[in-house]
Amino acid sequence: MTKPSNNLFNTVWDLHTVRTLPSGETQLFIGLHLVHEVTSPQAFSMLRERGLKVIYPDRTWATVDHIIPTDNQARPFRDNLAEEMMSAIEINCKEFGVPLLDINDKRQGIVHVIGPEQGLTQPGMTIVCGDSHTSTHGAFGSIALGIGTSQVAYVLATQTLALTRPKVRKIEVNGTLRPGVYAKDVTLHVIRKLGVQGGVGYAYEYAGSTFESMNMDERMTVCNMSIEGGARCGYINPDQTTIEYLRGRPHAPQGEAFERAARWWLSLASGPEAEYDDVVVFNADEIEPTVTWGITPAQSVGVSEELPAINDYPKEQQFLVGEAFEFMGLTEHQPIKGLKIDVAFIGSCTNSRMTDLREAARVVKGRKISPQVKGLIVPGSQTIRDQAMAEGLDKIFTEAGFEWREAGCSMCLAMNPDKLSGREICASSSNRNFKGRQGSPTGRTLLMSPAMVAAAAINGSVTDVREML
Amino acid sequence: MANVETVEGRGIPLLLDDIDTDRIIPARYLRCVTFDGLGEHAFEDDRNQNPNHPFDDPRYKGASILVAGRNFGCGSSREHAPQSLLRWGIHAVVAESFAEIFFGNCTSLGIPCVRVERAVLETLAESIKQNPKQTVVVNVRDLQVRFGEKKIPCEMSDNARQALVTGEFDSLSRLLEGVDDIQEKAAAIPYMSHFSDV
Repeated sequence: MTKPSNNLFNTVWDLHTVRTLPSGETQLFIGLHLVHEVTSPQAFSMLRERGLKVIYPDRTWATVDHIIPTDNQARPFRDNLAEEMMSAIEINCKEFGVPLLDINDKRQGIVHVIGPEQGLTQPGMTIVCGDSHTSTHGAFGSIALGIGTSQVAYVLATQTLALTRPKVRKIEVNGTLRPGVYAKDVTLHVIRKLGVQGGVGYAYEYAGSTFESMNMDERMTVCNMSIEGGARCGYINPDQTTIEYLRGRPHAPQGEAFERAARWWLSLASGPEAEYDDVVVFNADEIEPTVTWGITPAQSVGVSEELPAINDYPKEQQFLVGEAFEFMGLTEHQPIKGLKIDVAFIGSCTNSRMTDLREAARVVKGRKISPQVKGLIVPGSQTIRDQAMAEGLDKIFTEAGFEWREAGCSMCLAMNPDKLSGREICASSSNRNFKGRQGSPTGRTLLMSPAMVAAAAINGSVTDVREML
Repeated sequence: MANVETVEGRGIPLLLDDIDTDRIIPARYLRCVTFDGLGEHAFEDDRNQNPNHPFDDPRYKGASILVAGRNFGCGSSREHAPQSLLRWGIHAVVAESFAEIFFGNCTSLGIPCVRVERAVLETLAESIKQNPKQTVVVNVRDLQVRFGEKKIPCEMSDNARQALVTGEFDSLSRLLEGVDDIQEKAAAIPYMSHFSDV
């Protein structure tokens, strides 16, 4: 197979190729390695066992996000296991010389929020982290991949990985999103159309006027959920929006070096002649606010639609669809609108940035959330939390009845005290509606945009946010 | 590292699609600093909700070859998922397809993940249900799955197959060999030198 030329992915891949390994894989240099407390302790242990050092500690940054409580953060944590993991990352980072943005550091936050925020994430880089949502960083025009713990150890020791080059699919979306339709709806729509496995073996390039007119927060939402569509990596070509976002960030190049960097970044973008292994095209105006109803992120409907019937699906998918209906306690042809919720969660590496909080606050302002609903707003980083408070967003949320929390992964993944209980249904701005994902084995998740979560919180049921704008 | 050319054992059928790593190992068990003890929690929430789960079926006790459906291991990158399966006693997975990060994690642990066409996969699962005691052989070298009198073809990327059969699936020592090349490469990447040459 001849490799397509001239797209950003292949340009950046070639630039980082150290050599071809005997297995046929590429040994790829990694420009930025982000580390968090959950997938790293065993990797540091591997280094100790083999007597290895971290080869590029200055290309390695750690933070804590998954296990930390978002209410009472006093140490020691009440959860002994969480406390043990906190101590482990603190000891490991100190011993191996890796900078750690700990809980008492104002720069702390969700790893995929703070990388860009601090200017560590830059176009043209290869970026890895022991977390599947590393794809988020592709929003800057980087190759960003989630990896397992053994691979975390390999990168710590060698700053390289053994990888097979994926194919590249261009996903083009053109046109202006209608009011009340957000980046989250675009990504849920793409996953619904291409399936949760559609992207396996591919990197996704998101192109077209819809993505070009998005700000960086929105682009990060899209790239974040590439993995939910099976693609380990998704990216958007760097442009002036990317450059203006990075200008002046603490770890971005400064002064003259920034101008040189910006020229280089723009030069990496896929040209008009770029070739792809596959191209898929959508129109922005076919997308409406989208809500998942099942147990995979592809099981979704537009908010004005009713749920599908099992027979609408190809035969081989019908068992899984039946499993989803049973687990969710829903019936065929039921409208999604009006479905009662118990919890509303705005947060996660998908949707916890300023754009998300501002859009949600616009819906919430002057309203109260339903007394039956527990509402949680969890900013993605301490920086975002401070900025939101400076803009008075916290007041809008708390006056409406939401809880305003400290930065962390919170209720996205149930490794900290924020969890569903029993069969609760959660309207969630996070990324996964898997069985048990939000901490109760029988808990149920409906994925949607932060504005849609806000609307659902107010009415106590799934609502078309367009009626509230 | 030992070469992984064949895996031989009894099979356990779990022919479901889109099984995510949260289901393989619920997140609460990721609160740990070693992988020890993860085996007993494999599929814990699914097992609690399904008294007939194959992992609790005495007929499949001691089975080491998992037969799964489409997109097995999707979702989170947690290596805890294959670590938990390995500690349960699973040494190979035969499925219609695999999620990419899970596949890579399994390969680096020496757990071959081979793909088999759906119709044939169903025959294999059915045969195991009929005769749980039979031996199933996953031959990584020849890309073949053998059970009873049957031999069925399976697929795996050349790179992963090569890494397994040569015993180089833990790529660390190979990667370390390239240290001089790594430093040379690093020096040539613009952001590694403050963009001084662009």
